[in-house]
Amino acid sequence: MVETLNPPQSSVLTAKDFSSDQEIRWCPGCGDYSILAQVQKVLPTLGIPKEQVVVISGIGCSSRFPYYMDTYGMHSIHGRATAIASGLKATRPELSIWIVSGDGDSLSIGGNHTIHLLRRNFDVNFLIFNNQIYGLTKGQYSPTSEVNKITKSTPMGSIDHPFNPLALAMGADASFVARSMDRDPKHLQAMLTRAHKHKGTSFLEIYQNCNIFNDGAFEIFTEKNTKANETLFLEHGKPLLFGATNNKGIRLDGLKPVVIDLDKGSTWSVSDCCVHDEQDLSKAQILVRMFDSPTHEDHLPRPFGVFYDVLRPCYEDMLKQQIEQAIKDKGVGDLNKLLSGREVWQID
Amino acid sequence: MIQRQQETLKDVIIKFAGDSGDGMQLTGQQFTNNTALLGIDIATFPDFPAEIRAPQGTIAGVSGFQLHFSSDQVFTPGDYCDVLVAMNAAALKTHLPTLKKGGKIIVDIDGFDSKNLRLANYPNEISPLTNGSLEGYQVIQIAITKLTRTCLQEIVELSVKERDRAKNMFTLGFIYWMYGRTLDSTIAFLKERFAKKPLILDSNIKVLQAGYNYGDTTETFTTQYHVEKAHLPKGMYRNVTGNQALAYGIIAASVQSGLPVFLGSYPITPASDILHELSKHKNFSVHTFQAEDEIAAISSAIGASYGGYLGMTTTSGPGVALKSEAIGLAVMLEIPLIIFDIQRGGPSTGLPTKTEQSDLLQAYYGRNGECPLPVVAAATPADCFAMVFEAIRIAIQHMTPVMFLSDGYIANGAAPWKFPNSKDLPKITVNFKKELDEGETKLMPYKRNEQLVRPWAVPGVKGLEHRIGGLEKQNITGNVSYDGENHQKMVKIRQAKVDNIAHLLPDQKMDAGEDSGDILVLGWGSTYGVIQSVVLALRAQNMHISHVHLRYIRPFPKNLGVILKNFKKVIVPEINNGQLIKIIRDQYLIDAKGYNKIMGIPISKSELFAFIEDEHRTLF
Ligand code: SF4
Repeated sequence: MVETLNPPQSSVLTAKDFSSDQEIRWCPGCGDYSILAQVQKVLPTLGIPKEQVVVISGIGCSSRFPYYMDTYGMHSIHGRATAIASGLKATRPELSIWIVSGDGDSLSIGGNHTIHLLRRNFDVNFLIFNNQIYGLTKGQYSPTSEVNKITKSTPMGSIDHPFNPLALAMGADASFVARSMDRDPKHLQAMLTRAHKHKGTSFLEIYQNCNIFNDGAFEIFTEKNTKANETLFLEHGKPLLFGATNNKGIRLDGLKPVVIDLDKGSTWSVSDCCVHDEQDLSKAQILVRMFDSPTHEDHLPRPFGVFYDVLRPCYEDMLKQQIEQAIKDKGVGDLNKLLSGREVWQID
Repeated sequence: MIQRQQETLKDVIIKFAGDSGDGMQLTGQQFTNNTALLGIDIATFPDFPAEIRAPQGTIAGVSGFQLHFSSDQVFTPGDYCDVLVAMNAAALKTHLPTLKKGGKIIVDIDGFDSKNLRLANYPNEISPLTNGSLEGYQVIQIAITKLTRTCLQEIVELSVKERDRAKNMFTLGFIYWMYGRTLDSTIAFLKERFAKKPLILDSNIKVLQAGYNYGDTTETFTTQYHVEKAHLPKGMYRNVTGNQALAYGIIAASVQSGLPVFLGSYPITPASDILHELSKHKNFSVHTFQAEDEIAAISSAIGASYGGYLGMTTTSGPGVALKSEAIGLAVMLEIPLIIFDIQRGGPSTGLPTKTEQSDLLQAYYGRNGECPLPVVAAATPADCFAMVFEAIRIAIQHMTPVMFLSDGYIANGAAPWKFPNSKDLPKITVNFKKELDEGETKLMPYKRNEQLVRPWAVPGVKGLEHRIGGLEKQNITGNVSYDGENHQKMVKIRQAKVDNIAHLLPDQKMDAGEDSGDILVLGWGSTYGVIQSVVLALRAQNMHISHVHLRYIRPFPKNLGVILKNFKKVIVPEINNGQLIKIIRDQYLIDAKGYNKIMGIPISKSELFAFIEDEHRTLF
């Protein structure tokens, strides 16, 4: 086993302790700056010794992240951060592993590893910076870009249907599914903390503005004048309310979510609203599907927060259990016994 | 009691052939084990179709297992058989051409009904057993299927299909009788395999004994044959296949280095058995991970190595192709990693169950950029153990991914193995970085020692936090660098680091003959046996010929160049279209001559013998 020289100890760390000496090379105004700042703010509050933190990324703008963190880190290859993290967690379960990835990295080239990471439920935090575009390769549409998007590779508009990342995660039986955004630091900090606290793979989609190639993609959710009516912040045990004065709610009409008006004089009241339950699979399935385009008339608000959070055994724990079981059943491996096998003969 | 003649033979080559559902591989393995346990030297060649159950009775569905056993040293499974066991018409048709004239054919006549004859494409369904075409062979006809059914008729719980499945045991029992063996090893095997299925166990043992008794009581069989113990070097032996020896080598290196194994693997023929074998040994803290694909398999292994485990991945040619980018990452990260390539016929899906030395160039060059890594190859099933141990030692001590080459022939072939005692195995020292060097305020992840090896600093150690990645990095600091001069320097350093390993490798020894002469036969991998036996035979005819077999292919042993230049002619036999020869010509500028066979089967002794004789004539 690898020895941990310094046993975990709680020392007072600050955001500064988590920032490296490397010059940050994202475009000015990029949403990645805010995400980096929130991660650096949250990490010292979690009580993890810095040397236990590992940040693993793939390729893309977001994947430069580890270079800016003064922790252990690996900037790996396109789409494979999830698989690399799986091997690290399987062997070093005590580490706090943060996967940083983008929509292209984890939903396109690394899509396969994403779903398998989720079904195995390694206890890692999986941050997907979704900017709905390829930034590093200079502006091609991504698997989360809306249909008809005009980009360098789609001058007549993209024709492929985009992924709904959270629905995909639910489909892969993720045990924790959440969404946040770069422009809401408080909420993002809360979601990062929740992701860390969850035991199992924490799938956190973060809407991130790429001001160079896809500026304003999430404006409607982030800007003051539209945010209240276009977003729905989920809170466990609370009714689904939104609007400037929480004057609107979501009611379930059978399995169909519908907007109800809670203004004075309305026939509806808060008690008609669906109450959020993070452990309710059916409700989570409905919530992740609240994904219609804000350009459609009668569209639903986009939910943010923790959609789903349940406990399910983690791969690394079960793997260790099998190893312990094997040692218990057969004893610690005896090399000479293994090499000779059962049938031997002597030549003299 | 019938009096039997007892005849002693030196050398027997027997082939078990039947439909792929007939259990011929198992029959062959059982007879092999039984033979090896008597101290007789062996070499095997299993040959089976890619389909698990190809259409029954057809030529495509024929599965064969060849065993060569001898009281002399055995190097190959042999070119032509003395005995052919054919469970049906298709098996006879497929393998008759490899039977020696006058050889024995043992057939199940129930496998020669009109349907079987039609499926095997015998014209007008005329049986070769009755039309005189087998004149000149000794044909032993037994109604194996019928006798098996009769033997089991009282076990009413068994279906006809289940009964028929036991017929290979009848065959095996009969062969055991023919070679004067006991049934003990197979009975012990059956007891373990069918511990939970007493009915199947009983029926198999019953049929096995029936086959034996059939030989013993039928008067027409007048002779039993014996082969004596071989004169192998003193010691304790066991029987081992290449994939088994490879798995044992991994575990031994894990024990000797104190590093637990992490194997990330995706099933692929002919490598999957290594995953199967390792997953049985979790009590050695072996972590096996069946990944979702080849890329995840190697990536997870990289993650484990980064964490301080012995990370490795097992695969075959198509898998290596998929892993190439990740191998490049491991070269950039400079972390230990072992890629096991159990080669098979290519390109693309190619010939999954057939052997080929298909991937030497892929292993050597098959990545983007200047991406050198050490390559080693095993020569025989037993050699897998030693070379795996070496591959792992190099990976750890030189902080580099290492490519290990085996192939389908070595992987599935069995041979006696003089297994080592753990106290005779060297320790592999591991030096994890534990603290900063004096005067440093942060880790310099690419600061190197005299061998140009960087430190292995694993997460969890306070004060050594650092970042690594696939982008080009500045020497020493490891910071991302796009500087041209730095890049040139780093490319040269990575190359020199691999080249330098040669200084620490053992000198290349002669596998046969002197270190100078007329002809040098230079081989690598699974051609060892055939080259060795041909060279020894030619030396017996006073030819000035030698054999060198390469285990270390990148870098080559330092003295190889000198050896090559001491011969008038260098011949490189390979089961590919000429791969080692390209590298040899490139590095040593010699006019080597290739002998290449790309038919999914090993090179035969007779063809190589003839080729070298011809080449020898051109020298004078
Ligand atoms: S291209 Fe877009 S995502 Fe990339 S750094 Fe610039 S703004 Fe950020």
